[in-house]
Amino acid sequence: MRTSLMIASSVAVIGLTAGVFAATTPALADDQLTVTAGGGSFQQVLRKLIFDPFSKTSGIKITEAEYDYSNAKIRAMVETKTVSWDVVYAGDSGTRQMCAEGLIETIDWKKLGLDRTKFEGAEYSDCGVPAGIAASVVTYDKEKLPNGPKTIADFFDLKKFPGKRGLPKTPQVTVEWALIADGVPIRDVYKVLNTPEGIDRAFKKLDTIKKDIVWWTSGAQPIQLLADGQVVMTDAWNTRIYDAVKNSGKHFEMVWDGAVTNGNAWVIPKGTPRLDNAYKFVALAGSSQTQADLATYTSQGPGNREALALIDPAVRPNIPNNHSGSALPSDLSFWSEKGDELRQRFNAWLAK
Amino acid sequence: MSTTAIQIGSTFEGMPLRLKLKRIERRQKFKALILVLPLLLFILVAFVLPIGRMLFNAIHDDTLLTLAPHTMTALRGWDGKDLPGEAVYAALAGDLKKSWAQKTAASIGKRINYELPGSLSEVISSARKASVLPAGPYKEALIKISPLWGRHDVWSLLKRGTSAYTGYYLLRSVDYEYGPDSQIVASPPENRIFRDVFLRTLGISIGVTAITLLLGFPVAYLLATLPRKSSNLLMILVVLPFWTSVLIRTTAWVVLLQQHGVVNDTLMALHVISQPAELIYNRIGTIVAMTHIQLPITLLPIYSVMRTISPSYVRAARSLGAGPFYAFWKVYWPLTLPGIAAGCLMTFILCLGYYITPALVGGPADQMISSFVAHYTNEELNWGMASALGAILLTVTLLLYYSFSKLVGVDRVKMG
Repeated sequence: MRTSLMIASSVAVIGLTAGVFAATTPALADDQLTVTAGGGSFQQVLRKLIFDPFSKTSGIKITEAEYDYSNAKIRAMVETKTVSWDVVYAGDSGTRQMCAEGLIETIDWKKLGLDRTKFEGAEYSDCGVPAGIAASVVTYDKEKLPNGPKTIADFFDLKKFPGKRGLPKTPQVTVEWALIADGVPIRDVYKVLNTPEGIDRAFKKLDTIKKDIVWWTSGAQPIQLLADGQVVMTDAWNTRIYDAVKNSGKHFEMVWDGAVTNGNAWVIPKGTPRLDNAYKFVALAGSSQTQADLATYTSQGPGNREALALIDPAVRPNIPNNHSGSALPSDLSFWSEKGDELRQRFNAWLAK
Repeated sequence: MSTTAIQIGSTFEGMPLRLKLKRIERRQKFKALILVLPLLLFILVAFVLPIGRMLFNAIHDDTLLTLAPHTMTALRGWDGKDLPGEAVYAALAGDLKKSWAQKTAASIGKRINYELPGSLSEVISSARKASVLPAGPYKEALIKISPLWGRHDVWSLLKRGTSAYTGYYLLRSVDYEYGPDSQIVASPPENRIFRDVFLRTLGISIGVTAITLLLGFPVAYLLATLPRKSSNLLMILVVLPFWTSVLIRTTAWVVLLQQHGVVNDTLMALHVISQPAELIYNRIGTIVAMTHIQLPITLLPIYSVMRTISPSYVRAARSLGAGPFYAFWKVYWPLTLPGIAAGCLMTFILCLGYYITPALVGGPADQMISSFVAHYTNEELNWGMASALGAILLTVTLLLYYSFSKLVGVDRVKMG
């Protein structure tokens, strides 16, 4: 009697476990869509400006998911054919990488009903619809530093501006700025960086301020470091600075000289069972009005050039697109080829 | 039992007693197996298989073999001295054409780019140009398309691709790489990093384990010897942080230790220091925060073992004439060893995998191996490297565990 009870319960446990696993395979429903972005306040803006209006007009229910911009989960989903994310807000370099590996859909611009030539940087990737442009800029607190830095060279000038500086703990932006500060013209930065001597030169320049750098790892940190007075100036993302100025009343000032710009894109993981809905969503997210609204809210530059004219004039000075003369667009092909090697060298340099 | 069975006689109800007993024992074992079966299956499916698959990635890489099959077949006959002959180039041209049509050129390029940074775009553009290449001769045409195909080291690399198994990832994890002729050479000094990172990971883990033991032992003793009422209150102070999220505790240390944080402000107000001390974003911050997080994990097993030690042992030693230290060292300390072993082992092994805390409160020279594993898994999508680093860490951990169990004896480890 007891034995049979035990067997029955074991079978029940195994059955339940199997049931749990079975439930994770995506259900095929026509009227829903899972959209994934980086979470936080930005996702709240996305919800308000894109998700909710989309659900209202199309009747397609949106389930939200969050991720940390790491491509691993998408790769695992596609490789195991269990794609449960239908649309993802991804970084440009991630988009390129996933496109090269065939992890995301090639965008059919005709089906999308959008003009590819109107999109910033769309020619570089076949698999993403440019969603926005953010910039890494030198920032300082005008209250503490009334005569703040004007150029990247000032950022590296310890005599003129003594104190700690914040930089991201990656070679990206860091080595570019080192070369600009060392006198390389902005348009030649990647040409110089593509040579071994250029890389040596960048690290030599970084050596001069190495002991005065506070390295940050997440976008919220530089704002915190600056607000706390841990650093006199820092590299930060323009959208975060804009948010701190608008919503926290900070007196942060951006220096647009040498700003390194990076894009984001809407991508569709390969093999989603809801491809048509995904296209409908991306069409709305890529439209000029939606991108203009997003820019007005967040100061993220639009990926759709037609959106520029629709942005609130008060926000325009903070939009990276309006500083293209002094800015340096991050060279994605350089980073996808030399990134791993440079990061290894950078980490070895940091540890010394 | 079985001896009595033999003594009584060999039959019972028409069946040999020993057989009957065996059958009962087998049934008991089967019952026990059924009970543990769900967990066993769960561990196998959710733990052993995926980890084994991941570890396999460290030595297995058939990218070139599957994406450029004809080149690989043609290369088997190549002696590796001069550039390969026309037949190999023709095979390569065919593979490149196919890869352009099937959009796999980037994957081939990425694999070559791991070992020869800067060749990704060359491979992709070669595939594009090869797709419109008229019929042979291919050797000259391909070298004209890209100088990459006239390089001997590229062909050595491709030749290594004829085997589905590669030592590249493991070699790179210990700062070695393949030279231009497939010989194993040390990585250039400015790129040597992983050996340092492994040593650093071990060093930080040993340091944190030692500090938690030094700090935790007296507290555990106090908790075990105080009357229940007061020890319960103290116990809450110990476990309360234990129940708080690691992220929150780490962030709290940022608030406390930063340049104008609570600790520095207090020390400056008391005129102990005149300038803010560097307490965070360096090794000090990492060790302090990790020690704080790991302290209860070392302390609790020690405490639970101490509670079982009767105070009369030490009293007996004292009454026999031992001094207080001698009585402690010869009687009390050895009895606490199982708890110390359990606590330290757990803390040490958990420390090896630390990731978020060093990232938030440590400096660049405090990043541990798991942050590199995460980087290769999530950002580079280079799962071979991630697996190789993980495999080495796992091996080192198992070796340490093995030598630990030889030294202390796992049977002496008591969790409670």
